[in-house]
Amino acid sequence: LEAAAVAENKPKPKIQKEAVPMPKQKPKVRRRNFDEVALGYTEEQAITEANRCLQCPKPQCVQGCPVEIDIAAFIRLIREGKFNDAIKKIKEKNSLPAICGRVCPQEEQCQRFCVLGKVGDPVSIGRLERFVADWERERNNAISEKALSTGKRVAVIGAGPAGLTVAADLAKLGYEAVVFEALHLPGGVLVYGIPEFRLPKSIVQAEVNYIKRLGVGLKLGYLVGRTYTISELLKKEGFDAVFIGTGAGLPQFMNVPGENLGGIYSASEFLIRVNLMKAYAFPCYDTPIRIGRHVVVIGGGNVAMDSARCALRLGAEQVCIVYRRSREELPARHEEVENAEEEGIVCKFLAAPTRFVGDEKGWVKQMKCTCMELGAPDESGRRRPVPVKGSEFVMDVDTVIVAIGRTPNPIIQQTTEGLQVTKWGTIVINEDGRTSIEGVYAGGDIATGEATVISAMGAGKKAAKAIHEYLMKK
Amino acid sequence: MYEITARRELAPKVELFEVYAPEIAQKAKPGQFVILIASGKGERIPLNVAGYDPKKGTITLVLNEVGKTTKELGLFKEGECIDNITGPLGNPSEIRKFGKVLCVAGGVMIAPMLLQVQALRNAGNMVTTVIGARIKDLLFFEREMKALSNEFYVATDDGSKGYKGLGFLKEILGKEKFDRCVVMGPVVMMKNVSELTKPFCIATVVTLTPIMVDGMGMCGVCRVSVGGKMKFGCVDGPEFDGHSVDFDELIKRQRLFLPEERLSSLLWEKLGGCSCGRK
Repeated sequence: LEAAAVAENKPKPKIQKEAVPMPKQKPKVRRRNFDEVALGYTEEQAITEANRCLQCPKPQCVQGCPVEIDIAAFIRLIREGKFNDAIKKIKEKNSLPAICGRVCPQEEQCQRFCVLGKVGDPVSIGRLERFVADWERERNNAISEKALSTGKRVAVIGAGPAGLTVAADLAKLGYEAVVFEALHLPGGVLVYGIPEFRLPKSIVQAEVNYIKRLGVGLKLGYLVGRTYTISELLKKEGFDAVFIGTGAGLPQFMNVPGENLGGIYSASEFLIRVNLMKAYAFPCYDTPIRIGRHVVVIGGGNVAMDSARCALRLGAEQVCIVYRRSREELPARHEEVENAEEEGIVCKFLAAPTRFVGDEKGWVKQMKCTCMELGAPDESGRRRPVPVKGSEFVMDVDTVIVAIGRTPNPIIQQTTEGLQVTKWGTIVINEDGRTSIEGVYAGGDIATGEATVISAMGAGKKAAKAIHEYLMKK
Repeated sequence: MYEITARRELAPKVELFEVYAPEIAQKAKPGQFVILIASGKGERIPLNVAGYDPKKGTITLVLNEVGKTTKELGLFKEGECIDNITGPLGNPSEIRKFGKVLCVAGGVMIAPMLLQVQALRNAGNMVTTVIGARIKDLLFFEREMKALSNEFYVATDDGSKGYKGLGFLKEILGKEKFDRCVVMGPVVMMKNVSELTKPFCIATVVTLTPIMVDGMGMCGVCRVSVGGKMKFGCVDGPEFDGHSVDFDELIKRQRLFLPEERLSSLLWEKLGGCSCGRK
């Protein structure tokens, strides 16, 4: 009786509505350096945040995770201070947690379903994932258990998020996975696209090393389609299946006059120079980049935000993002827009360039624009921007970065007979990731068009499962 | 790592390298290129494939020491390794029986032209070859080219050997009917030759070498205007119709990073590269 009375009187745990904030470099400092902006939780902060989790009997968060991490379980382990067990729990499903903890749009995924989100901030699942991944990397980082060798070999094309996930999952299932990467460094968009201050390259390297320790082979500088074709991989090189994860390819331009003037970069060129080739350290590194005083970035996605923030760090006086829709339609993560604006980047909404004007040396000096207004929704469901007559204006610019998307890389499609391709150039796959050729699977941006790191990883997971089922039957 | 198995000087500051790269040697065809990184902090530069030997597993590259990377490569000895070579990249040349083909090559591009002439001859074409350079000392492969060609001419900018300039092509074009013209060399030369062949309505193929970074269809820096459309040198080319290319735009785009290239080259020459040690 006494015990029951105590239980009744015991106050209900108070819901902590506010998340533990992420420690960050101050905007004034970080806007001029390439060091990571978000510094990560301390052990105390992580435990405090983990304690906010209600440990729902039927957790909603997991349905938002493309790789189905047992979120409630790993958070419970953090709460108990069992960080090592927490990371093991994550790694059952995800081989790249330090990366996902940093670049996944959790607010649209797991955290969107968190019940705490109805009364306050959702649990910061991504920050907790990052915390345990970093905690482990700084210590031992033991490898997951592996199944016995199946004696079968799988070629994975592209060492980006999709390819690395497929390779890691198949290695754990006992396959010999070999990743063919066309660039001289592994990581795909994680190394050439996402900047150092958002995802340090040493972390990508550590995650790749982990995957290598699982037994995955890595061949750099092999462009499949040119160095080998897919049919050669299957017939001559002795692979039993192939996964294509070649990612996004050629940059799109706006098709307005003057786009080939000097000082106009595609976001891909700009980011490849800065991130992959480390042009920010020119001339210590050979690859140059030239940044003017007035930089304009066209587009409103994460790539536009990354480009703008890189330009600022390279010394631009003024960086302006020009987006043809309004703030509400910005496709970039809210957190990234906030970071960019804190650093002093200005967003100009409802405007689009119509022409670039160059100087006598062929460098851009002006951008002619028109104001836009939002009309009826288009096929994407977003309201279509329409030019406003007589609203033309001119901006003085000396660097323009065009971040309006990319089309799939064409090389594999051109060199693989029998591979079915959509009219947009993406590879056709069924729900398991299988292409029109037996034993050949695909996933990530090459199959879906441009999307996120985690959705590519999700596609990789699915394909790995399908490849496993296919090879078990074969 | 790609080992240099042989090297020799073809002309002052023009070097030929044989590099062990068996996968590329298996696959390379005339007209293709590779992207190489000389060493750790190096840039990615495109170089046209000037030969391949699938049996030995080697490819041949010829370079002119003009920029930082080519100057650095100039110091590489036999047995030393190039950090990374990716290829073969770009679309192979269209090689078939055209009939009479005029091949015009200038400077370092004489090297890949030799491969081209050989392939065209093997396909049963009559080939007239013209090689040119600024001065006579910079000419190379004269003997090899002469042996392969049905007709052979030499030209220099200063007239120190053969014809002075390429104006004489007009006479040749007036006398004989060609079915195709293949041009490889500096952009200004390709522009001039394309202008010469245009009135004669000879299909003219130029090999463009715009600035590239990845070289495999990602960055878009190699964009060129061809017939008013945007094309990418790395995946749509490197060969294009010389009568449709906007050469003036290409010339401007090739000079985009000239000041940086000069700085980099100077630092390399004077100090052996930047030593600040940034990462």
